[in-house]
Amino acid sequence: MARRYVPSLELIGPASDGETWAVARLISRAEAGVPEAREAIGQIYKRAGRAHVIGITGVPGSGKSTLVGKLVQRLRDDGLRVAIVAIDPSSPYSGGSILGDRIRMSDLVLDPDVFIRSMATRGAVGGMAHAALDVVDILDLAGFDKIIIETVGVGQDEVEIAKSSHTTVVVSAPGLGDEIQAIKAGILEIADIHVVSKCDRSDANRTMTDLKMMLKDGIGSALTRGWLPPVLETSSLNEEGFEELVASLDKHLTSLDGPAGVERRAQISAFRLQKAAETLLLERLRQQANYGTQTRRVSDRATDPYAAATAIVDQFSRETTHV
Amino acid sequence: MSAPIRVLLAKVGLDGHDRGVKVVARTLRDGGMDVVYTGLHRTPEEVVTAAVQEDVDILGVSLLSGVQMTVFPKIFALLKEKKVDDMIVVAGGVMPDEDVEKLKKMGVAEILLQDTPPQEIIDTLTGLVEARGAR
Repeated sequence: MARRYVPSLELIGPASDGETWAVARLISRAEAGVPEAREAIGQIYKRAGRAHVIGITGVPGSGKSTLVGKLVQRLRDDGLRVAIVAIDPSSPYSGGSILGDRIRMSDLVLDPDVFIRSMATRGAVGGMAHAALDVVDILDLAGFDKIIIETVGVGQDEVEIAKSSHTTVVVSAPGLGDEIQAIKAGILEIADIHVVSKCDRSDANRTMTDLKMMLKDGIGSALTRGWLPPVLETSSLNEEGFEELVASLDKHLTSLDGPAGVERRAQISAFRLQKAAETLLLERLRQQANYGTQTRRVSDRATDPYAAATAIVDQFSRETTHV
Repeated sequence: MSAPIRVLLAKVGLDGHDRGVKVVARTLRDGGMDVVYTGLHRTPEEVVTAAVQEDVDILGVSLLSGVQMTVFPKIFALLKEKKVDDMIVVAGGVMPDEDVEKLKKMGVAEILLQDTPPQEIIDTLTGLVEARGAR
């Protein structure tokens, strides 16, 4: 079943016309890090930047996927085109994954104005997948108004989503009581909007109170200066609270019209540049002739990791300056 | 590092037997593949829409209800409608020998019946993707 390999640059046209097969194929190449696709992805970056990127994060089992499903239905009622990037973990042993977020969004599948893509973390830390933001650009090019990134279920410190999205929603589930206290210095700081999910449960009030108290005590991230994160309650079961969530998302987007938005977008770009530079540099350093020897020397305890890294970086710098 | 093979596993129609497909999902995960599982009772339209958005290398449909001769023609028609001509379609489950031949003629790349050992599933899928080449 030989078939012509469609060059990535030729996929940009159909993808910007919203052709699903072309959008999906570009995403696969971005995710796989295919070198042939780099130029196309670069061109797409320059054309993107129109969509509202919403990050949804929270602990495993807090109801993120179900909430996303209900939120998207509500956004569709307003006629908005919505794309979802749902991230699940890769196995640290085999590198494989089971991507199951779609199951919770099955009502949306046949809507032609909804696009759902599952991604595996493939060793990325921070709750995100390496190419997630390239994928966001491709979906932006394809004309989606709202792009929702659902992170993996996170713990305390996976805060990359805040440097990747315009609006970050942190979902907390009731019944985690003490854990709320434990995580309040971590992920809760990055929220632009707090949502307590599963509010059909009787213990949801306590979680609401805990969060409100925490915010009152003045814990908030520098990212959200000038914006007081609201604490909202939703019930995906009873489909309650989604009007308020959509209103809050709109309000936050409006708040980004001014200097806060310029700053936020600059932070996102700076973060992406930093990540790209890290990836590239690491790739090049691993190709250094002395990388293998130094690895062995560290393993034999003939040198220490910091000295070995310095030797590799120094040799790399010498070689590049003589070019 | 090459990218993991992407597989979508689906159960179509009124077939509630998902123990097998879940075992296969784990087998493929442990074989280093990304597995999208769509859950029970899906329609061919839902399955193909998901497979195209996910741009999977392999669309695996598990059937234990005997409706293969209805489901697979629909799947191929839908793939054509959505302009996808390089997706590898694989069938799994319990089906009669005479259907196996017909399914192969229809374009189903492989039919993995109920007694297929796990490693053979991994090897077969890997072989199919290698034979197809880069896309």
